[in-house]
Amino acid sequence: MKKFFSLLLLLLATMIVAPMTFAQECDDEIGCVVLEDGDPISIATMLTISGNTAFLGEDSAGGVEIAVEQRDGELLGREIEIVEEDSGCSAEGGQAAAQRVASDEFIVGVIGTNCSSAATAALPILSEAGMILFSSSATSPSLTSVPDDGGVYEPGFYRTAHNDLFQGAIAAEFAIDELGASRLATIHDGSPYADGLQAVMADTFTEMGGEVIFQGAVNVGDTDMNPILTDIAAAVAASETDGPLVLYFPIFEPEGNFIAAQSLDVPGLEDAILFGADGILVESFPENTGQDAALGMYFSGPVVQGEAYEEFLALWDEEIGGVPPAGFHAHAYDAANILLDAVAEVAVEGDDGTLVIGRQALRDAITATEGYEGLTGTLTCSETGDCATGEALGVFQLTEAEFTEDAWPPPVVWLPGVGMVEMEME
Amino acid sequence: MNQNWIEDFSWVDLIINVLRVGIIVLVIVGSFNTLASGRFTGEQWLSLVVSGLAQGSIYALIALGYTLVYGILLMINFAHGEVYMAGAFTAYFLADYFNRTGFLNNYPLLAIPLLILFAGFISMMVAILLERVAYRPLRNSPRLVPLITAIGASFFLQYTFRGFYGSGFKSYPTIDILSGSIPGTNVPLNQVVVFIFALVLMLGLYWLVEHTRLGKAMRAVSEDKEVSSLMGIDIDRIIVLTFAIGGALAGAAGVINGLYRPQGVNFFMGFIPGIKAFTAAVLGGIGNIIGAMLGGLFLGVIEAVGPNLVLAGLGVPGANQLKDVIAFTMLVLVLIFRPQGILGERLAEKKA
Repeated sequence: MKKFFSLLLLLLATMIVAPMTFAQECDDEIGCVVLEDGDPISIATMLTISGNTAFLGEDSAGGVEIAVEQRDGELLGREIEIVEEDSGCSAEGGQAAAQRVASDEFIVGVIGTNCSSAATAALPILSEAGMILFSSSATSPSLTSVPDDGGVYEPGFYRTAHNDLFQGAIAAEFAIDELGASRLATIHDGSPYADGLQAVMADTFTEMGGEVIFQGAVNVGDTDMNPILTDIAAAVAASETDGPLVLYFPIFEPEGNFIAAQSLDVPGLEDAILFGADGILVESFPENTGQDAALGMYFSGPVVQGEAYEEFLALWDEEIGGVPPAGFHAHAYDAANILLDAVAEVAVEGDDGTLVIGRQALRDAITATEGYEGLTGTLTCSETGDCATGEALGVFQLTEAEFTEDAWPPPVVWLPGVGMVEMEME
Repeated sequence: MNQNWIEDFSWVDLIINVLRVGIIVLVIVGSFNTLASGRFTGEQWLSLVVSGLAQGSIYALIALGYTLVYGILLMINFAHGEVYMAGAFTAYFLADYFNRTGFLNNYPLLAIPLLILFAGFISMMVAILLERVAYRPLRNSPRLVPLITAIGASFFLQYTFRGFYGSGFKSYPTIDILSGSIPGTNVPLNQVVVFIFALVLMLGLYWLVEHTRLGKAMRAVSEDKEVSSLMGIDIDRIIVLTFAIGGALAGAAGVINGLYRPQGVNFFMGFIPGIKAFTAAVLGGIGNIIGAMLGGLFLGVIEAVGPNLVLAGLGVPGANQLKDVIAFTMLVLVLIFRPQGILGERLAEKKA
C-alpha cells in the first residue's frame, strides 16, 4: 500500500514538474501563440473576395500565396496555414472579419485589409486581441497617425502600402510642374481612401500656388455623373484664373469609368486633363471607359520595378496565370515576408516540440524592420507602422496599346525626384 | 367652436403640417438662391433635365414590372432588379459579338432591336422561372413570406450570374450613329433616343393593358381573383403572363440603358436601379401603370436637377453626393401630401 502511494506521488510530481521543465513559458506582456508539436503556423488574410473591388483581393492574395510558396509552405519546419476571410471594402466587412479572426487564438497575424474603410473598423478589434494587421493596400493617412493627431492608429498596425500623404503630394507636384495646371477639381466617393487622397492633393496643390475650384463627391453606385460634371463646368466658368484644368478623381470602377466617359459630353470640360489614382489603375479600365475618353489619361500609383520584380511576375504567370489585376501584389508579398521573417525571429521552441510566439515580441520585431530590401523598395517601419517610404510611386499614362493590344500596365511617364521618364519604344 | 378646435387638435397633424411647410420653404429658398446666383446657364439646365429624363425612363421601365405584379398579387417582387440585370448582362455578350463582327455599326437599326428582343427574352425567362419556383408555391401564405423569398431570390440570382460571367465590369460597345449631340444644342443624341425607345415601350404596354383581351383579363384578376376565375379566366396563366411582360420590359430597359450609359455592367448592377424603380413605383402610386411611368420620369429629373438646384442653393457642401437624399426626400414629400402616390393606387373596394 505504501508503495502504491509513493508511486502515485511520483506520478503526480512528474505530471506537474514535467511541463515546467521542458516546455517554454510565455513571458510576453500581451500573450503568446502556443503551438503543440506538429501544429501549423497560422496567418490570416482579410481581403476583398466579393463585390466590386474583388480584383484588389485577388491581387493581394496572389502576393501572399507566392511568398508562402517560395518557402515551400513551411516555416521553422511547420506548415504555414492561411486562413482566408472576406473583409470586403467596407467598415461592416472589416469588423465582421476581424471578429472571426480575433476569436482564433492560434493566428499570429493578418495580411489585410485592402481598403482603408475596412482597416479602420478592423484595427481596434485586432489590436485588442494582440494581433498584427499588415496591410498591402490601405493607404489612408489616418491609419498611421495617432488619435491625438486625429488618426485611428492602434498598436499592431503596419503597412507596406504607401501613405497617401505621399501619393497626394506627388500628384499635385506632377500636375503643377509637368502639366502646368493652374486649376484643380476633385471628386471623391465618400470613402476614407478617396476623401483622404483628394484632400492631400488639393492642399498640396494650393500650397504650390494653384487654385482648387471644386471639391465634390458622388455616391458609390451612381451612374449619372452629369449633375456633378455640370457643377464643375459651372465652377470652371466662374473661376477667375485661366489655365489648364486637372480633374482628379481617385475613386474605383465603375464610378471612375462613368466620370471619365461622361466628361466628354459636358461642355466646358473638353480640355480638362483627366487624372485618376491607384484605385482605377486596373486592367479593365481602358476597355470599359473607351478610347475616346481615356486615351492619354494620367494615374498616380505604385511603381514597382527591378529584376526581383520581373522574377516575381514570371512566378505569378506560372503559379496563378496572366498578370496581376491591380498594383499591390508586390506590397502583399513584402508584407507576408516581413511577417513570416519576424515570426521566425521571435519564436522559441521548447524541448518537447512546443513553439511559443510572443505577440508583443512579434510587434517589436516588425517595428524594428530597417533597410529591408523588398520588391517595393527599401522598407523601414516607423513607430506607427508605415513601412513604405513613398519612393515607389509615380505617374502612369494610358497609351493606345492598352486599348488595342490589351497591354498592361501602362507606361510610367513621371517619377518624383526624376521627372519625365522617356517612354520605352517597343 | 374653440372647444372643437382643441378636441380636433392632433400632434401628428401639426408635425406633418410643419414638415410640409418646412420642406416647401427649403425647396423654394434653395432654388431661388441658385437661380439668382446665375451659376448655371440655360443650356446646362436643359442638359440636366434631358439626362434626368433618360435616366428616369429606365427607372420607369423597371418600375412597370413592380407595379404590374403588385397590381395583381399585392406583392413586391424585390428580385425584379436582378431580372433587369440578367437581361442586360447576358445581352452584353451578344452586343460584344455584334460589335466584333461589325454587324452592330453596319446595321444598327437591325442590331439594336435584336439586342432588345434578346435581353427581353432572357429577362422574361428569368421572371417566369422566378414566379414558378419562388412565388407560386407561396401564393396562399402570409404576405411577409413571399417578400422574404423575393430577397433570397435576389441574392440567388446575383451570385448565380456572378458564377456565369465573373465579377468584373463590362461595357457595352458604343454605337456610332448614336454618338454626337442634337444639332445646335448640347443634348447628347443617345439620351433622346433612349427616351423615345422607352416611351414607345410604355405606350405599347398601356395599349396592351387597356385595349386587348389579355389586358382586360389582367385588370379583372387584379380587381378580384375569385370572381374572375368564375368568369372563366385562367388565373395562373394571367399571373405568369404578368411576370413575363414585366420581365421583358426590364430586360429591354437593360439594353436601352447600355445604349447611352455603356459602363458598369456587372452582377450587382440591378440592385440600385431596382430600389430606385421601386421608389418610382411608390411615388407614382403602386399598382398604377401611368403612375409608374410618371414616377420614374419624375424621380430621374429630380435626381439630376435637385442637388444643383436645391441643395447647392442652401449652401450644402458636396451636394451631388446627396442625390439619393433628394430622391428619397421627394418620396417622403409626395407621400406626405398624397399618401397614395401622385396618381394613386387604383383600388377595388375589396383591396382598400
